[in-house]
Amino acid sequence: MSVAIIGTGHSRFGARKDVNVPELAWEAIKPAMQSANVDQKEIDFMVVGTAGLWSSEAAVPPLLYEYGMFEDVGSMRVEAACATGNAAIKVGYTAVESGEAEVVLVVGLEKMQESPNPTVIELIGRFGSYFWEFENFGLTFPGYYALHATAYMAKYGATEEDFAKVAVKNHFYGAKNPNAQFRREITLEQAVNSPYVAWPFKLFDCSPITDGSAAVVLASEEKVKEWGVEEKIWILGQGVGTGTANLSRRDSFTSLKSASYAAEVAYRKAGIDMGAPYRQIDGANVHDCFTAAEIIAYEDLRFAKRGEGVELIREEQTYIGGRIPVNVDGGLKSKGHPIGATGVSQAVEAFKQLLTRAENGRQVDVRNGRYLAHNVGGTGHYTYVTIYGLEKR
Amino acid sequence: MEDLKKAAETNIREYGFPVAIDEKSGALQWVDMRDLTVKYIISIENIQNFFEGLKEGKLLATKCKKCEELFFPPQKDCPRCMDEDMDWVELKNEGILETLTVIFVKPPSFATYDPYTVAIATLEDGVKVTAWLNGDPKKVKPGQKVKIEVSRRKEGYFMYEIVPVEG
Repeated sequence: MSVAIIGTGHSRFGARKDVNVPELAWEAIKPAMQSANVDQKEIDFMVVGTAGLWSSEAAVPPLLYEYGMFEDVGSMRVEAACATGNAAIKVGYTAVESGEAEVVLVVGLEKMQESPNPTVIELIGRFGSYFWEFENFGLTFPGYYALHATAYMAKYGATEEDFAKVAVKNHFYGAKNPNAQFRREITLEQAVNSPYVAWPFKLFDCSPITDGSAAVVLASEEKVKEWGVEEKIWILGQGVGTGTANLSRRDSFTSLKSASYAAEVAYRKAGIDMGAPYRQIDGANVHDCFTAAEIIAYEDLRFAKRGEGVELIREEQTYIGGRIPVNVDGGLKSKGHPIGATGVSQAVEAFKQLLTRAENGRQVDVRNGRYLAHNVGGTGHYTYVTIYGLEKR
Repeated sequence: MEDLKKAAETNIREYGFPVAIDEKSGALQWVDMRDLTVKYIISIENIQNFFEGLKEGKLLATKCKKCEELFFPPQKDCPRCMDEDMDWVELKNEGILETLTVIFVKPPSFATYDPYTVAIATLEDGVKVTAWLNGDPKKVKPGQKVKIEVSRRKEGYFMYEIVPVEG
């Protein structure tokens, strides 16, 4: 059975000291339900993607059930590190696809700034293999990806300046997104001259610590027909991959195997040509938690051949008008990265882009009616690739 | 955090609650009165030999007696053979540097260390090892020769490290 997104909601991302956990979630849930034109009684199941640890509340689905006055609804909390959001969509999607549920509310939520930054840095550093990577060697999240960036530079001759170009692009578009944490453009000089966080990454190579929420309402094909829903996008295919906990158990540091695999599965399910998938997709949101991760994503998603991802950013091929626009909502880098919300935010962006509702200066040309979301948890520990479309398969 | 705690203490007296105003947004915050310390107790019962090896300056891995798969980090079970009949073998301590990073922004639990270099090396046995690199990160690059050495950490316990080999 085909599954559609029939409503979306998105909070402003940033340091949201003005709201608590359920208030922040409600900022996304309310518009999602209103735009889907559904009320609490019509929701069969509620999936809440949140990684937690840094925020006070643990029983998040019941908390949202209480705050939102839901009734007789099943719920579940989902966690897949930074891919939590798309994992939550996966759970909702399979629930509807299997016929188990007709209407599902998927909420992605994170309130990271309830803890001080050093605590968050400590907790994210533990998202690899705790004993063999963190306990004795103190890897941090930028560190895990920096190991990939160094390997990529050594193998393909990319430079720190190339990486900075990704930040410049994503800030260029983030400045046009009213929900972005950093609504300002940056220069290459600013990015290159920022202090080192984990060499070769500097401050401007890294996504920030963010509070935010996003929500979508999923519905079965039958409900879409019954209700005569006009504004919707369909989930055409999803691929999910897993990687080893220890980076030392992997063959390559210039690719994320889980991402290559997830992309292949998603393309196959959506009927997209693996040779040049970018010709059938209008735009993509890729997991740019760090600048080099976006370049590696170009290759894992087959937007460029191995080693040529860096050429795409040098030649500005991932700006609107290029080979394939990438992260024209600012990406994780400029829009912000509230762990559990990110994957759901990518779905909200696909909805907005495909229905040509994006703000001035960041709307892609919709020719194929397909948009891609690539959401990575950990350093390729999980990858979720989802392809959305205006027409169902 | 310390500023917020101080403000909360003052506000308990002056305002009646442990609250503080967030400087940037001006929004009122409740400053949690409950602290949590996390310290895990992790079983190493089945990989004790690894630590015995380190004391003798050796890096040990497990090897399945049936399929001869090498496991590093060492593991108790061979999931391919569905067996746990393992040998403990010493890894060749020379290899090639795969990649590295220098951690400047450290987790608070590593605050007492200077910026440190974390590297991954592939040893001659084909096994990869993640460890601190003891050497100048500016003078090394992926592809160069390295070796594994064991030394005592600042805290006094033994740990393996990756050391660049000259030339």
